[in-house]
Amino acid sequence: MIVADRKKIPEIRDMIQRHDRVLLVGCGTCVTVCLAGGEREVGILGAALRMSLKLAGRPGVVVDECTIERQCEDAFIDILALRAREYDAICSLGCGAGVQALAERFPKMPVYPGLNTQFMGILESQGVWTEKCSGCGNCRLGEFMGICPITRCAKRLLNGPCGGSRDGKCEVNADMDCGWQLIADRAEALGTVDRLQTIVPPNDWSTGLDGGPRKVVREDQCIAGLGPKA
Amino acid sequence: MDDEPLILAFCCHYCAYAAADLAGSMRLQYPNNVRILRLPCTGKLEVNYLMAAFERGVDGVIVAGCLEGGCHYLEGNLRAKKRVGRARQLLAEIGLEPERLEMFNLSSADGPRFAEIVTTMAERLKRLGKSPLRPDPDRLQQNVQEMSRQAEALLAGDKR
Repeated sequence: MIVADRKKIPEIRDMIQRHDRVLLVGCGTCVTVCLAGGEREVGILGAALRMSLKLAGRPGVVVDECTIERQCEDAFIDILALRAREYDAICSLGCGAGVQALAERFPKMPVYPGLNTQFMGILESQGVWTEKCSGCGNCRLGEFMGICPITRCAKRLLNGPCGGSRDGKCEVNADMDCGWQLIADRAEALGTVDRLQTIVPPNDWSTGLDGGPRKVVREDQCIAGLGPKA
Repeated sequence: MDDEPLILAFCCHYCAYAAADLAGSMRLQYPNNVRILRLPCTGKLEVNYLMAAFERGVDGVIVAGCLEGGCHYLEGNLRAKKRVGRARQLLAEIGLEPERLEMFNLSSADGPRFAEIVTTMAERLKRLGKSPLRPDPDRLQQNVQEMSRQAEALLAGDKR
């Protein structure tokens, strides 16, 4: 899932305080699960922002709350369309994709981010999320025993480990596992250490973000003539 | 009343609420500007309850739960402790003094301790002054009554 965390209240307040009516929009998907932008967090942030605005001398700013099932899909944003007309601005508690989906759907309305989108990751333990995928567009997990060196090695080495691997930890941070140690340990457990003898050729990064924003098209699923809604 | 700080106390049914009752039975004197909301356990407390209390203009909030290790539901009070910590961080970000909110631990036999907690908090809030979010007195009373009704409704809901 996409993992995010909340921006500090003063930063959000400064973004929205020039407006008179602001709608806080939560998202019921990834950011609900990572406890950053679901219905409960929207309620907490709403109260916090109203108090903060009042203390900042802007008591008249209306901050209302709502949460939709999924911000990154226009069909779910539809239910906001009528309500959004009553506001001057939206503050999204979705990930960066959600914020931009709202901005595209409401071209005449300012949309502000309430969260800092961090990464694609998993729940490591209650309240702890860790990054696992960089979305490089060319998944090679099969070659690396199911552990991604691009995400989990600080140097993104495809032929690791480097000399900074100490007792299974990375030299960048003593709390961080060495991704290549994890790969080697798992290869040993799987009995596939011999596969690590192969030199991996340089990666093709053209599938990544370096070539600009990417697009996935499934022609068989496309419906001709239906573009984005105005 | 207008000059006194208004304190809201979220009290666990199994300890602080009984301790408050005991303090009354013992005829102990403590500031009368505290309004008690009963929770089935402080683990029922959510951060948004605390935010709602401050938004409605109370000057300070006490969260009173069982002694650590003595929670009727094993760890509700430990969860509440973390939530209170988070709410205090939020208060600091908002620009309110985090000292306006504190969690205390006591047992149902601690009537005198309950009186002491309320006295401590009342003195602290007098020093900090009224909440800058405080509405007019009538409105404040209405807000507190509304919160009390909501808390009792929650409690009734939990019994069902």
